[in-house]
Amino acid sequence: MNFDFNEKQLMVIKNAKEYTEKYLAPGVIERDETSTYPIDAYRKLGELGFVGLPYSSEYGGSDAGYLEYVLAVEEIAKVDASMAISYSVATSLYAGPIAGFGTEEQKKKYLPPVLSGKSLGAFNLTEPNAGSDAAGVITRAEKKGDRYILNGLKCFSTNGPLADYFFVVASTNPELKTKGLSGFIVEKAFPGVSIGKIENKMGIRSAQVSEVIFDNVEVPAENLILEEGKGFMLAMKTLDSGRMGVAAQGLGIAEGAFEIAKNYLKTREQFGKPLYKNQYLAFKMAELEMQIEQAKLLLYKAACDKDTGKPYTISAAKAKYACTNAAMDVTTAAVQMLGGNGYMREYHVERMMRDAKITQIYEGTNEIQKLVISGGLFR
Amino acid sequence: MKSVKVNQNNLNDYSDIWVIGELNDGKIHPVTVELIGKGKELINNLTGKKLNVIIIGYGVQNSAEKLLHYGVDKVLYVEHNLLKSFNTDYYVKAITDLIEDRKPEIVMMGSTYTMKDIGPRIAARLGTGLISDCTELEIDSSDGKLIQTKVSFGGNLLSSAICPNNRPQMVTVKPGVMNKAERSEEASGKIELVIPKLSENDTRLNLILKEVLEKKQVNLDKAKIVVSGGRGLKEAAGFDLIRELAEVLNGEVGASRVPIEAGWIDSSHQVGQTGVTVKPDLYIACGISGAIQHQAGMYQSKYIVAINKDPNAPIFKICDYGIVGDLYEVIPQLIESIKEKRMF
Amino acid sequence: MIRSNMRIIVCIKQVPDTNEFKIDLETGIMIREGLPCVMNPDDKNALEEALRLKDEYNAEVIALTMGPLQAKDVLKEAMAMGADEVILINDLSFAGSDSLATAAILAAAIERIGHYDMILCGMQAMDGNTGQTGPQLAELLNIPQITYLKELNIIDNTVTATKWTESEKYTFKLNMPVLLTVNNELNDPRIPTMMGVMKAYDEAGEKKIKVWGANDLDIDIEQVGIKGSVTNIYESCLTHINRVSTIIEGEDEKEMAKSLAMKLSELNLI
Repeated sequence: MNFDFNEKQLMVIKNAKEYTEKYLAPGVIERDETSTYPIDAYRKLGELGFVGLPYSSEYGGSDAGYLEYVLAVEEIAKVDASMAISYSVATSLYAGPIAGFGTEEQKKKYLPPVLSGKSLGAFNLTEPNAGSDAAGVITRAEKKGDRYILNGLKCFSTNGPLADYFFVVASTNPELKTKGLSGFIVEKAFPGVSIGKIENKMGIRSAQVSEVIFDNVEVPAENLILEEGKGFMLAMKTLDSGRMGVAAQGLGIAEGAFEIAKNYLKTREQFGKPLYKNQYLAFKMAELEMQIEQAKLLLYKAACDKDTGKPYTISAAKAKYACTNAAMDVTTAAVQMLGGNGYMREYHVERMMRDAKITQIYEGTNEIQKLVISGGLFR
Repeated sequence: MKSVKVNQNNLNDYSDIWVIGELNDGKIHPVTVELIGKGKELINNLTGKKLNVIIIGYGVQNSAEKLLHYGVDKVLYVEHNLLKSFNTDYYVKAITDLIEDRKPEIVMMGSTYTMKDIGPRIAARLGTGLISDCTELEIDSSDGKLIQTKVSFGGNLLSSAICPNNRPQMVTVKPGVMNKAERSEEASGKIELVIPKLSENDTRLNLILKEVLEKKQVNLDKAKIVVSGGRGLKEAAGFDLIRELAEVLNGEVGASRVPIEAGWIDSSHQVGQTGVTVKPDLYIACGISGAIQHQAGMYQSKYIVAINKDPNAPIFKICDYGIVGDLYEVIPQLIESIKEKRMF
Repeated sequence: MIRSNMRIIVCIKQVPDTNEFKIDLETGIMIREGLPCVMNPDDKNALEEALRLKDEYNAEVIALTMGPLQAKDVLKEAMAMGADEVILINDLSFAGSDSLATAAILAAAIERIGHYDMILCGMQAMDGNTGQTGPQLAELLNIPQITYLKELNIIDNTVTATKWTESEKYTFKLNMPVLLTVNNELNDPRIPTMMGVMKAYDEAGEKKIKVWGANDLDIDIEQVGIKGSVTNIYESCLTHINRVSTIIEGEDEKEMAKSLAMKLSELNLI
């Protein structure tokens, strides 16, 4: 067993850090306040090959693996959780099903624009009546000749308002419930695709999340991934991987807040001594440090499972659960440790706390993760 | 075979201390007078050596005469119309030829961009050693060798070096470190005109434009010196003073949060948790109390100076030097003192 | 127009990252352990300038360093950023070389490389701070130099280069080959692409590193290394960097300001 990063991984971390400092740290507070997405920073992320980290260079990827990708998301989330999720959605949720199950033509056509950072990609599964329960999907894809006619409304689509490409799960056979779901690649440019309400959120405010509406959209049949009825499987497999992105986001948020708290405890003096000399605070930090490390090991293990071809559904669920809970616990504690300052925007931790909350919710709530893990136990 | 022409002549052939003087638009560079000051100190510890100043250019006799007021033994002025403007090739050749001809034991130059350009090249042509950016020079009383001390490793290491077997011992010295030689009304010493052997074939450089530099545009985060103002300035006009100090120091202007929010200065100047993180060699905090979010953006500065009326301001806990007083009294005097050190 | 086969050599050095010095909170003593090594910052700007010329004119970029085997790290970084060829000069007999000896070794390596049009160097290394290697290398190769480069244009074989001094700006025209030194004011070094990283830090990347020792170079080893260096370190010690707050006393503000100016001057800060 080897717990050391190799040189490539160390360089991914180093360069992701440099990218983050240069392109994301400036203005992170303002972007949160104004809900502004830094599209140029995303383009740069693509140009530098981060978006394509786990994919083949044949399709504009960087020939690395999921661990490398997870490390990059983690590094970015230490500073900007909004970009971390936008990135994760593009890489895991949009590109994932295409790279994993698409045809050669689909991969050649639909991966490079997103992996290179020229376009954003999004994932459309959730509907107003289909959250954790995908069987509630009512968006319909009816086959007419060599195309499908798509009708319906998707919600909570991260990157939705900015994306040029969508992975959409729709029903080709409502009677079959989840077995009647199918996955499609849909272009924003197809007539009938429009953006609905753009959400005003508690956290990840710089990320753009919206409804996406399909009104008699003609989708060429060759944009169906695999065959009809494979949509549910595609969505679940995709979310298994996506959860590692969310886990990395949560881990990064936790580490970012931890670092701020640590520096604060070292420099802030009350009652004539630095705060860290209060054992209550020092011990609390020890606990958080352990929680972060536990979460980290679960995440890296899950990524290694995927990279080495092992099953990773359960390990990804564990990682997502541990990392996102660490995010919530650490940020909440950090706000408390920074006292009044912690509640103020310029100290970052209040934003991180708001950002942390969603990580426990999306891409499978943490209750769903327990369902996945326990399901594995008693199968 | 690539051979460094190491000069191994009889070390006893070399005598005298030279200062390679520098002229800026006909005016003598302050570092030249500082080097003369140090040179006089050094010859006090060496018997039978003389202190000479070399200046090069075209029409520099006047400057040479001015330098006789600083108590040097001789000023050699190297005159040639090809030396009118800076040119690495001509300058290196003129000085190297003169050194080979007259054999000084020690050659001192200022650590200016001009001397850092030609100094190493001259040393390489002579096959001798050069220690750059020195902050201390002394003569080893046991063997008369020059001990040259400099700060390296990002300011963390002080190291001394010698050049034991080669001559001359060459050194560039940081401006503003050594004490200036006193000027006396009486001129003493001799001046000597040197005409170097130069022709246009000696250069590969063709000067097509020479301009005087406007103030440099340096980013706050790359600045070597940052002067920041805070609440204690009381009004926007206070930044005029901060700017003036920054200008004298060739530094950049920073600010804490209060002036930004009050609109006294543009937010691009903000140093702190919000804003830019700076790591200059010198950070001067004027009227800044030192709230922790400000500290986060500057505590890694090599040296921190704080000027504040309130003796209990937290900034005094993290500074190297503090002045408890009115910045409107302190800064003008500081500017004057710095100017005095720089000009004459 | 530009010749299509322009070849640029960039000299880079691996240095301890002096920005990463940390101070022990309890003792105020500098922590030296685990100090990471990085590409010298000015050298990275030199590499960036070369890569800019590569992007613009399709120039070939060769990165050259001298150091222990560990210095392969900076060559891999250079490869990841886009250097076409990388060379490590490594020989025990080269250890302890001063700047002139280093320049002599680099000159020998460059002569072995053969044809080149341009050499780019950082102005100063952040460990030794000598700032001499560039000009001395130019002298030993007998080529012209422009230090403190601020602007660069190339037409055919002719370089138009603007350099700064403290107070003036000079623009020279000259023919290649030429040696240029640069610092961080010139450009903003690129972050390597992940593809670049994957290739450079691969086994294939490792194999691309040429390692040249004393036997590969036409050089008199008596003139390099500690023995051949003309300057010797006499002694060295750590500077006192524990931050002791000194409040400057004085009759009035004027007196305090004067003492402060003296202090700053002694510290070589003004």
